[in-house]
Amino acid sequence: MRVTFEIMRFDPEKDAAPHAESYELELESGSKVLDGLVYIKTYIDGGLGFRKSCAHGICGSDAMIIDGQERLACKTLLRELGASEGSRIRIGPLKGLPVQRDLMVDQDKFFEAYRAVKPFLINDEKVEGRERRQSPAEREAIDDPTKCILCGSCYSACPIVQEKNPDFIGPAAVLNAARFVFDSRDRGLGARLPVLDRPEGVWACESKFRCTEVCPRGIKVTKSINLTKRRIESLKK
Amino acid sequence: MQQEYDAVIVGAGGEGLYAALEASGSGRVAVISKLFPVRSHTGTAQGGIGAALGNLEEDKPEWHAFDTIKGGDYLVDQGAAAILAEEAIQAVYDLENLGLPFSRTPDGRIDQRRFGGHTRNFGEAPVRRACYAADRTGHMILQTLYQQCIKNEVDFYNEYFAVDLLLDGPTCKGLVVLELASGELHTIRAKAVMLATGGFGRMFKTTSNAYANTGDGLALALRRGVSLEDMEFYQFHPTGIAGMGILITEAVRGEGGILRNRQGEAFMAKYAPKLLDLAPRDMISKAILSELKAGNGMRGDRQIDDYVLLDATTLGKEVVEEKIPDIADFCRTYLGIDPVTQPIPVQPTAHYGMGGIPTDTDGRVLRGEGEDRYLGLYAAGECACVSVHGANRLGTNSLVDLVVFGRRAGRHIADYIERTDLGRAPDGSDAYSRDKIARLKSGKGVHGGAIREEMQKTMMEEVGVIREGAAMRRAIAKIEELRDRYREARVQDGGSAFNTDLLELLELENLLDLSLVTAEAALRREESRGGHTREDFPERDDGKWLKHSLARLADGHPSGRVEFEYKGVDTSLYPPKPRVY
Repeated sequence: MRVTFEIMRFDPEKDAAPHAESYELELESGSKVLDGLVYIKTYIDGGLGFRKSCAHGICGSDAMIIDGQERLACKTLLRELGASEGSRIRIGPLKGLPVQRDLMVDQDKFFEAYRAVKPFLINDEKVEGRERRQSPAEREAIDDPTKCILCGSCYSACPIVQEKNPDFIGPAAVLNAARFVFDSRDRGLGARLPVLDRPEGVWACESKFRCTEVCPRGIKVTKSINLTKRRIESLKK
Repeated sequence: MQQEYDAVIVGAGGEGLYAALEASGSGRVAVISKLFPVRSHTGTAQGGIGAALGNLEEDKPEWHAFDTIKGGDYLVDQGAAAILAEEAIQAVYDLENLGLPFSRTPDGRIDQRRFGGHTRNFGEAPVRRACYAADRTGHMILQTLYQQCIKNEVDFYNEYFAVDLLLDGPTCKGLVVLELASGELHTIRAKAVMLATGGFGRMFKTTSNAYANTGDGLALALRRGVSLEDMEFYQFHPTGIAGMGILITEAVRGEGGILRNRQGEAFMAKYAPKLLDLAPRDMISKAILSELKAGNGMRGDRQIDDYVLLDATTLGKEVVEEKIPDIADFCRTYLGIDPVTQPIPVQPTAHYGMGGIPTDTDGRVLRGEGEDRYLGLYAAGECACVSVHGANRLGTNSLVDLVVFGRRAGRHIADYIERTDLGRAPDGSDAYSRDKIARLKSGKGVHGGAIREEMQKTMMEEVGVIREGAAMRRAIAKIEELRDRYREARVQDGGSAFNTDLLELLELENLLDLSLVTAEAALRREESRGGHTREDFPERDDGKWLKHSLARLADGHPSGRVEFEYKGVDTSLYPPKPRVY
């Protein structure tokens, strides 16, 4: 079917501000949005800037705003968007991060917040040459946050980051802290408190659930944030 | 960025990160990657990492080594396979200790499951050897190692693309990189450079590989005179989603999934009576092709792009949700089917290069057919050839390879940079890279996109699962024509900042060079072994071909011919035997 991609373009070497450009192309209802972007880059405009790699929803490179919502271009099929002959699909970069070029945003602030929560196992106890034991139930407790691919969708969708408190470390950073806070092998909650237990940490979150709604991995992000709040509260009691 | 480092690691997949962790204690180490961290293709590995922990049933590293050797159709260097299997065990425990969230047994140990070609007691029956974290084992390895790099404050340069390697005779002096954000070229002097750039599956049309898998490290070594080993051996994974290439892990069969043809027949019984659907990948891919050619594919039109079904409906909802949740998600997203109730349409998909940059077991790059080595030049992971995969890699062994040999290379680099002085890079080291980029940006020319698509189609159809002399000669002529056309290719984007058009054109050059080498190596090997199947030479021929190929560009320049020499295989542990499963 014939569809139109309306893409926000911005070239820092040429443009003062972003502007929309339209491309007509022939795709199938089972095509991914990424297929359309690659077609444009291959046959219409080699200068179109976007990131991509694995093309099946695991590497986290191609989060962008498609028809008003954060999605992975490689995991969004035209039929999911309700596209039909003549449809117009609007594509723009993630919000809350500076646009570098077209659909590419500067992810430094996002990754900086991730690194700040010490997203690694903290535990100095000796292990005796084999694995630390962990029951299937203990393992299950951290399963959901381990799915995170750091694509930035939740950060872009978060109304707190966007409208209220731009210094909030964001849903993904808290989620990745939770991945360790609730790991039965971890001893690092105290070390993470200076980042988590402050107005720009977990307490910025007002449970608007936008992160959970847009997460392309189906992670219950808000739930993990709330569990982390409760863990910190119980620690203080 | 800094212009001097003790060591520079090119690529931020599992092997690059592990090497960086090992080496960063001994000097200034930088990881450069054309992607952001955790975007590398290690993250897409699904099913597991093999190690003879014996957590559920008896297992031994000797059995793992034997399976690896037999799985590789005896083209494996056996001493290296023994190291792989032996060190896999501690490597898995170390990853767990670093925080990797493995799936667990009821008593809290690392859970293990069956995988193709992994057996107990030298081939008796499948064994539970694959340690896993649901069906995102690679994702968890990549995340765990990146997290450790954060902890250890490793320097990363994200979105830097390696354009050239600086070699002075046998000594590596550094490299030239392109910074995507600015379009600037940087010459970095380094005592050691490690190539950890992963695979090159994007030379084929239907592939499980990421867009980023363009063989950059292999190609730039090749153009500087380094030989590439066993490039004719490319693995086609039997179960990619038909027409898309998205991988459906072998763990689906490890958990009980069965391949069926249009009659509903579980056809693997005809080809591997003992291991059935858990035979090695090369045998299953060949079996599927045989079924398709006999008209037993789902369309029944005898075309090689027909498909068969992978039936996971016997697993039950609970196993699917717990053991292969991402696979279920792929099926729902891309096919609109639920694997709990509907079978998955699958076909062989270009997946993994067994060959690559020849190294010893410390990751040092070898020169020619002897024991000579480059100084300060290292490689590991899919871009390297140790050779532990021989003619066909077993499932789970790619993750074992990158952890074991990535770490060994990192340790050797740590030692090497402590006892080596930083040399001078020759003046004008970046002239070659500057000229190349200036040419790609000068005037108007053809766009690379069409060249890329023709290359992918040619390689898929003529140098694919089943090969034959005349078809490969056609492929070589076509690739040579495409390389000529590439000389007229120009970017459409003349800008400097975030010029991904330029990046893709540089990647295309790498794929074209590697396609030529792959097709030439495949044409020369007149036998069938592992992942290399010739219709015109259907038998394995140990008398003539129990040897590794080494391909190099004759004058070290892209316009050169491909020349070959051969070297022996280490068969010190298990003499080659017919391969029956």
